[in-house]
Amino acid sequence: MAEKPHLDDEALAELQDVMEDEFDVLMRTFLNDSRERIASLKLAVSEQDAEALAHVAHSFKGSCINIGAPHLGELCRAAESAGKEQQLAGVPAIIEAIEAEFRIVTELLQEFMVR
Amino acid sequence: MEESIAEPKPLTILIADDSDTDRLILAALVRRLGHRVLEAKNGQEAVQLFQDCDPDIVLLDALMPVMDGMEAARQIKILAGERMVPLIFLTSLSEAEDLAKCLDAGGDDFLSKPYNRVILEAKINAFNRMRLMHRALSRQRDLIRERNEQLLQEQEVAKRVFDNVAHTGCLDAFNIRHHASPLALFNGDVLFAAPFPAGGMLVFIGDFTGHGLPAAVGAMPLAEIFYGMVTKGFKGADVLREFNQKLKQILPPGMFCCGGMIEADFKHNQLQVWNGGLPDGWLVRANGDLELVPSRHLPLGILSSDRFDDSMDTLPTEPGDRLLMLTDGFLESRNTEGRLFGDSGIRWALESRTVSQHPFDAVLEAVKQFSASAADTDDLTMCSVEMVDEVGISIIQDRTEPSPLPGPMEWHCEYEIRERTLGDFSPLPLLLHICMEVPGLRRKSGEIYTLLAELYSNALEHGVLELSSHWKQSAEGFDQYYEERRRRLSRVEGHFIRFSLSHSMTSSGGRLRIVCEDSGSGFDFHNHPILNEDQRPGRAGRYAGRGLLLLKRLAESVTFHQQGNQVEIIFDWEVAGSSSNPASSHRQ
Repeated sequence: MAEKPHLDDEALAELQDVMEDEFDVLMRTFLNDSRERIASLKLAVSEQDAEALAHVAHSFKGSCINIGAPHLGELCRAAESAGKEQQLAGVPAIIEAIEAEFRIVTELLQEFMVR
Repeated sequence: MEESIAEPKPLTILIADDSDTDRLILAALVRRLGHRVLEAKNGQEAVQLFQDCDPDIVLLDALMPVMDGMEAARQIKILAGERMVPLIFLTSLSEAEDLAKCLDAGGDDFLSKPYNRVILEAKINAFNRMRLMHRALSRQRDLIRERNEQLLQEQEVAKRVFDNVAHTGCLDAFNIRHHASPLALFNGDVLFAAPFPAGGMLVFIGDFTGHGLPAAVGAMPLAEIFYGMVTKGFKGADVLREFNQKLKQILPPGMFCCGGMIEADFKHNQLQVWNGGLPDGWLVRANGDLELVPSRHLPLGILSSDRFDDSMDTLPTEPGDRLLMLTDGFLESRNTEGRLFGDSGIRWALESRTVSQHPFDAVLEAVKQFSASAADTDDLTMCSVEMVDEVGISIIQDRTEPSPLPGPMEWHCEYEIRERTLGDFSPLPLLLHICMEVPGLRRKSGEIYTLLAELYSNALEHGVLELSSHWKQSAEGFDQYYEERRRRLSRVEGHFIRFSLSHSMTSSGGRLRIVCEDSGSGFDFHNHPILNEDQRPGRAGRYAGRGLLLLKRLAESVTFHQQGNQVEIIFDWEVAGSSSNPASSHRQ
């Protein structure tokens, strides 16, 4: 599977157009949401709650797709699938990858906001 | 349609999503399209906002805390009731089963992430069109329902008015059987029956072309005419003529009334029948023999008065004979294979019935068994008149309501008809009408009519025309009698018949004095066998025994004056209950 890009520039440009002055608010909201969701993912794994994991990963995935962070969305999908299949063994590694990707996305988005 | 479907109007759109990021994006997109946005963070908030703010379209995330999108969708659809509120699920779900669940919960469509603003706009517009269309249709349906209810209510009222006009009939007499739908009036069917003042009864069954209000409107005047004229002593032919003239006058071209008039004369045991456009009537003899009474006339309301033929066929009968007349709904009943019941169905029903079964029941049962659905019998009207002994029928009451007014008590009038008019016109309805103005005489209308009729026919046939009742005693003479009558009626120059009516109060009621004088040469009443009690009644001169006996039986006194061409009759009536007639209580 070809690796998806960190950011979808086209999607972000359209969001900028739609959101106008609220674009920065949206970005900050996304970053806050994501931090909370990563915490929720970790909690679900520590509690071995596969259902909660799948649920949080599903929502996180939707937001990533909407905001234009396809690779992060792809990692969330992997976490969601693992949750649905009750295969939690590989999940900590996926969450680590999500955290790493999130750091990149955060940096890139902050650059985007400055522009 | 009240509003244009294409017109873009700002809508109120409810967005429910627990993800702040997604909700922010969608709200911004929807606002950009010019609509007002309501935001909810979970299903419960969504349901609450829906209740409070009445949005036009709902966009709902499937997975939410507190109450998920499925449950919120179910509750919102219940709250919306008959209104169409498009409900679109926001989803990144991809499993077919999960998507199907959203639709089962009441969702109308999906919008998948990432949100695409072109698709979002197209969906909102499409669903708005559907919503407006649904609303327009609902309004029109409500309007139609409302109008229909109104129409039914109006029909109910109209039927009550009609029943008040027609209720005085004697359709419930024991010798009449009838079937008609409760709303037959609006099927265009009418059925009237009334007793004649002097005995016998008249029955009319009619079937207007068309249905609904136009047919009912035509029926109203018929009821008025029928009951008005029969009470005053008019005969079937007179009523038919009046019906025809009235309908010709009021009905639009192409509309008419098929009808059957049945005049039952229990005294002479005969039926007079007129059938204009109805299916064959059936005379079912007491012994089971069947005779057809076919239509010989055009329906009512087609011909002008001068071309209208009111002559009725005379059928000699015996007690126990029954005449069945029906509307064409019977013949047109169809069974499940589409076959018609027809005349053959009626003949079969009448011929195969058991001896004890009434022909009326036999036909009704046969058509009910034959027709595909029971509702079919709603369009059928049928009546049966049975010939009975005259004595048995006398209990049929004229149910005319007594007038609340005391009416004229002291009066006198004279009415004279002359020459040609003697043959053309019967003064009896008019004279009876004058007498019926006295409430106390109203209960005696049969007796008064008989007295007037007997006096008039004697004055005309024996007084003026000098016909001998001896002739009527043989069949040959009978014809000769009527031939002579016709011939002599054309030579009545200088002749007259004069009625003098006087009414006055008495201590117990009232007294009607009738004097009938004719221009004839009179008769030797001094030697009349009935007036001289020691002689046996039999071959008398001017008064046949029966007529004079009848007068003597009904009246207080019968006196002949002059050379026998003037008869005076005294008729007394008494107040039924001491307080029932206000005239007697305070005028004495």
